[in-house]
Amino acid sequence: MAQHVVATVDQIPPGQRLLVQVNGREIGIFNVEGEYFAVGNRCPHEGASLCNGRIVGLVEATGPGDYQFSRRGELLRCPWHGWEFDLRTGRSWCEPDRTKVRSYELKVKSGGALIEGELRAETFQVTIDKQYVVLEV
Amino acid sequence: MSTVELDRPRGSNYKLKVIDCDIHPAMTSWTEVHPYLEARWIEHLTVYGSHLRHAFSEALTHPRMSPDAARIDAYPEEGGPPGSSLELMKKQHLDPNGIEVGMLIPLRWNPGSQRNLDLGVALTRAMNTWQVERWVKQEPRLRASVLVAQEDTVASVAEIDARGGDPNFTQVLILPKTDEPLGRRRYWPIYEAAVRNKLPITIHVGGTNGHPSTGGGWTSYYMEEHHSVAQTMQAVVASLVFEGVLERFPELRVVIMEGGLGWVPSLNARMDKHWSRLRSEVPHVKKPPSEYVREQVWFSTQPMEEPATSAELIDLFDRIGWDRLLFSTDYPHWDFDDPRYAFRANLTQTQREQLLYENARKFYRLD
Repeated sequence: MAQHVVATVDQIPPGQRLLVQVNGREIGIFNVEGEYFAVGNRCPHEGASLCNGRIVGLVEATGPGDYQFSRRGELLRCPWHGWEFDLRTGRSWCEPDRTKVRSYELKVKSGGALIEGELRAETFQVTIDKQYVVLEV
Repeated sequence: MSTVELDRPRGSNYKLKVIDCDIHPAMTSWTEVHPYLEARWIEHLTVYGSHLRHAFSEALTHPRMSPDAARIDAYPEEGGPPGSSLELMKKQHLDPNGIEVGMLIPLRWNPGSQRNLDLGVALTRAMNTWQVERWVKQEPRLRASVLVAQEDTVASVAEIDARGGDPNFTQVLILPKTDEPLGRRRYWPIYEAAVRNKLPITIHVGGTNGHPSTGGGWTSYYMEEHHSVAQTMQAVVASLVFEGVLERFPELRVVIMEGGLGWVPSLNARMDKHWSRLRSEVPHVKKPPSEYVREQVWFSTQPMEEPATSAELIDLFDRIGWDRLLFSTDYPHWDFDDPRYAFRANLTQTQREQLLYENARKFYRLD
């Protein structure tokens, strides 16, 4: 497991996403109301670039005509066939055990901590006064 | 239960070689067809517009999952609807998916469903030329389809005869929501002209004829309506069989496009069962209906069935006939099938090549 500095916190505002390449893998980083999540850019169904999909909430119903909308911005919907994936787990809503996208550990760390830990980012100039999104692969 | 994993590199060593039987080209602007349309009809469209058998004539009969029923990654950067940019089509589809030949299925304007028959006929002529000028001449991998306004049989026959023999065109295209079931005799001159010009008839889902989208009436939900294509296509196949079209035109070859596959064996079995009891009502149907289907009807694969096991899909292909299946993607629509992952079955390399390429090569006589 290596840690990769992939972005500064302010590069991905809430509700936004950033596609990064780590070890040849395309990974989407999502900011959901200040929490960061990372999933592979590959829909497990037919291989679409999943991270170009719409970010949506969860619509449920206890019965016909009685619906609830929750978890705004926490689901990612595939740009092709519309499969919904939970950004927190990578699991699809309809087949959570069978159809899931890989999700990755993300941490937010300060530049100071990164420099002390001798972490190097290939594409980032890490400075003490900034916050960074760090991906574990 | 297995876990679906596509977590492997996108570029694979396996070289794809594909004939895509269903690509939807779109117009950047609806005026794109004007250079091929008589001034009288340009003015007509400005003054009166298009007139289909449903409200909001430039909309679809039912809201789709996404605008233009398109993949949301298929919008060209330079603007315009999905399917309108040849460059994006090459970059996103033809090149990476190994498409050696792609059949154009234009749906915009819906000329076969125009209530004003003369406008419909003028639009078919214009859109047929548009396909050649705007697409086929710019991209040699693409082929055009002869659009006809099927409710005007005389004009349809003239258009088929005008395009017949032109190698830019591979088939005659009709949408199945016609005024009457497609087997009715009013449409027979179209089949006769297709046979005379050695062109298959392709029936791609769509059209607006004013009838409810399902046998049970108008639906509430898109998801509910989306299933109706299977009903519609079953009605088309039954009509072609029982009205005697396939008997009368033994050289006629029909493609059922985007109508699904799972229903084909059950329809065949049901038709055969009834034929053995009720044959005398339709004495012109001289052999079991499934034999006509097996000999004269082909099916495009998208949207591919996704049964739980490989064996079920293999069994389905066995029952329909492996040589009757034509691979299609439906690019750029939302239910696009990727040639790498569409078939969730353990196929041999020969079977895969047959489905993705060989069947269509033989069917469209592409040598």
